[in-house]
Amino acid sequence: MSTETRELRTEEFKVNIGPQHPSTHGVFRMVNTMDGERIVACEPHIGFLHRSMEKMAENRQYISYLMMTDRIDYLSGLFCNEAHCRAIEELYELEVTKRAQYIRVMLMELNRIASHSIFWGIFALDLGAITPFLWAFREREVVMDLLEMTTGQRITFSYFRPGGVAEDLPVEDFLRRAKFFVKDFPYRVADYHRLLDKNEIFVHRTKGVGVIPADMAVNYGLTGPNLRCSGVDFDLRKDRPYECYEDFDFDVITYEEGDCYARYMARIYEMEESYRIFKQALEGLPEGDVKSPDTPKKIKPPAGEVYVRVESPRGDYGLYMESDGSDKPYRYKLRTPSFSNLCILPKLLENAYLADMVPIFGSLDVILPDVDR
Amino acid sequence: MHALFGWLNEKWTALIEWLGLPDFIVPAGQMVFDGICVAGFIAVLVLFLIWLERKISGHAQDRFGPMRVGWHGCIQTVADAIKLIQKEDIVPARADRWVYNVAPFVAFAPTVIAFVVIPFGDGVIVKDLNIGILYLFAITSFAVIAIVMGGWASNNKYALLGAFRSAAQLVSYEVPLVLSVLGVLMLAGTMRMGGIVEAQSSMWFIVYQPLGFLIYFVAATAEVNRTPFDIPEAEQELVAGFNVEYSGMKFAMFFLAEFANMFLVAAIATTLFLGGWKGPFQPYIPGEVWFLVKALGLTALIQVFRWTYPRLRVDQLMSFAWKLLLPLAFLNIIVTGLILVLR
Repeated sequence: MSTETRELRTEEFKVNIGPQHPSTHGVFRMVNTMDGERIVACEPHIGFLHRSMEKMAENRQYISYLMMTDRIDYLSGLFCNEAHCRAIEELYELEVTKRAQYIRVMLMELNRIASHSIFWGIFALDLGAITPFLWAFREREVVMDLLEMTTGQRITFSYFRPGGVAEDLPVEDFLRRAKFFVKDFPYRVADYHRLLDKNEIFVHRTKGVGVIPADMAVNYGLTGPNLRCSGVDFDLRKDRPYECYEDFDFDVITYEEGDCYARYMARIYEMEESYRIFKQALEGLPEGDVKSPDTPKKIKPPAGEVYVRVESPRGDYGLYMESDGSDKPYRYKLRTPSFSNLCILPKLLENAYLADMVPIFGSLDVILPDVDR
Repeated sequence: MHALFGWLNEKWTALIEWLGLPDFIVPAGQMVFDGICVAGFIAVLVLFLIWLERKISGHAQDRFGPMRVGWHGCIQTVADAIKLIQKEDIVPARADRWVYNVAPFVAFAPTVIAFVVIPFGDGVIVKDLNIGILYLFAITSFAVIAIVMGGWASNNKYALLGAFRSAAQLVSYEVPLVLSVLGVLMLAGTMRMGGIVEAQSSMWFIVYQPLGFLIYFVAATAEVNRTPFDIPEAEQELVAGFNVEYSGMKFAMFFLAEFANMFLVAAIATTLFLGGWKGPFQPYIPGEVWFLVKALGLTALIQVFRWTYPRLRVDQLMSFAWKLLLPLAFLNIIVTGLILVLR
């Protein structure tokens, strides 16, 4: 800012946004110092939803804590299940059966679609377009039905188990409904593209807003779609394959721009990639057991430490688990993607319009229980 | 309609004479009657418009909208109004009480007054002023004062930001709004609303003034704070903008004014560009019906915008008004003038 414009500055004032505010997606609070419509400085406050998830893990048996992992990231509970189960499996050096792996991948990708479709609806809602929000929930309902008939739950699934999954798919029903989903979904995504992608106002509001250059993204520890939209091609599913992701043919969506529009587009295309993986897994679903026969009845992993990473819809979900040979973890540390993604927010909001706060915060796709744990 | 009012007027005059009261009661009574008519019309209209809005939003979003109270939810708005009346009237501590209490009425009054010059049908107009259009724009610009009053008096930063935005927006869009109408005035050669409708006997002005209509309609959508120009109340940033602290009937007044204004700008557009109450099958389908059909159609269009578009940012809104709409409005005036001179 040049000196002349500095002289025109008027009195700065503070605007408190949150913890109860329509666009903070939960209980997030920021105190913005404003100069007219511009944000001079943003001071985020987190921790309203802190439940000491990690400490609780140390006082619960492994299998009991599984039910709590869903609550860490309530829009993509299966990924937290996955991290928990895989950590135990790695301590045991347990091999998951092929069918269980396929079921896990299928359901996780469905969960990714559900999570991203909420992002799509909420992001448009934040910009003042209300209709996409309800459209997104319409499509999510189909996905949620599939997840519900398999796991019995709609949000807190608790479906994966160390060594496999809790129960086999309800095969007949699932295949019938999945067939409908496979047929229907491409048309729905086409609707999404038609409704917003080229909307003049939408493009104006998001293009060139909240730009994150690649080096900044890496320095701040961004992961997931946010990182890939800054031009860094990193996806755990491709680069550190787990479960059976190497069996499937899918693309990693990357963008060079690093702005809100790129982050929005990337998530729609990621839904399409998830759909591709789901389709392939559905076609190639092998027969067999859904739980490894070597799974011990009482889970007491051998002493040791392990770090597992899962590519959740929000990014790199990391779990460090240390076992002392008892039936409870000795140490349980989470590296949640939302927390790292949120850290960049004050930097992005510097000198942005108050109105841009909404798309910038929305496009990071942060979920507060995942931040506060 | 005209005949009905004429008959009432005759009876009223006769009644006063028969009672032997002084003459000035006659026009005074007429004024009170006109006021009641306009206010009643607005109240019923707004009830309908809110229902329409909810139905449109419902169907745009793959749902039904209100369905429980009355046939297809047609008296849902009445139920809501009753709820609003029952609500506690909250005045925030340290608010500027007097300004705070007066603001909703300042918002609503200009809307009622503006309806005075709207020609609903042949002769169905409260007062056909010879400066009708000028009067309209002068009166409707009062709305911004109400919003600034409400935002300032609430002692709330969201409300204050909303009020600032609103002042900037309404003042900016007033300019292209008025300029877009000048083309019509040049064609009609009068500012009288009735005269403008008469001038469209052979052809609607939208045919000669398509650009003027577009500019008017866009600017008018901004004038009534509707999406994509609803930044003063921008729910996702400012929670509710200038009316964030209002509750109960005071909130309802702002709401009433918003919907009445929406119909008002649609009614002006109908009068200026769509031939007002003129339409085919005139003796059989009354002019009032034609007028309402056209005006409500335009209102529904404004409502569809809201359920289709995102919101513009405040600086984009300004540059849109000053850098695009204003030059286009000038261009429209120049071209219209040249054609009128050279013809």
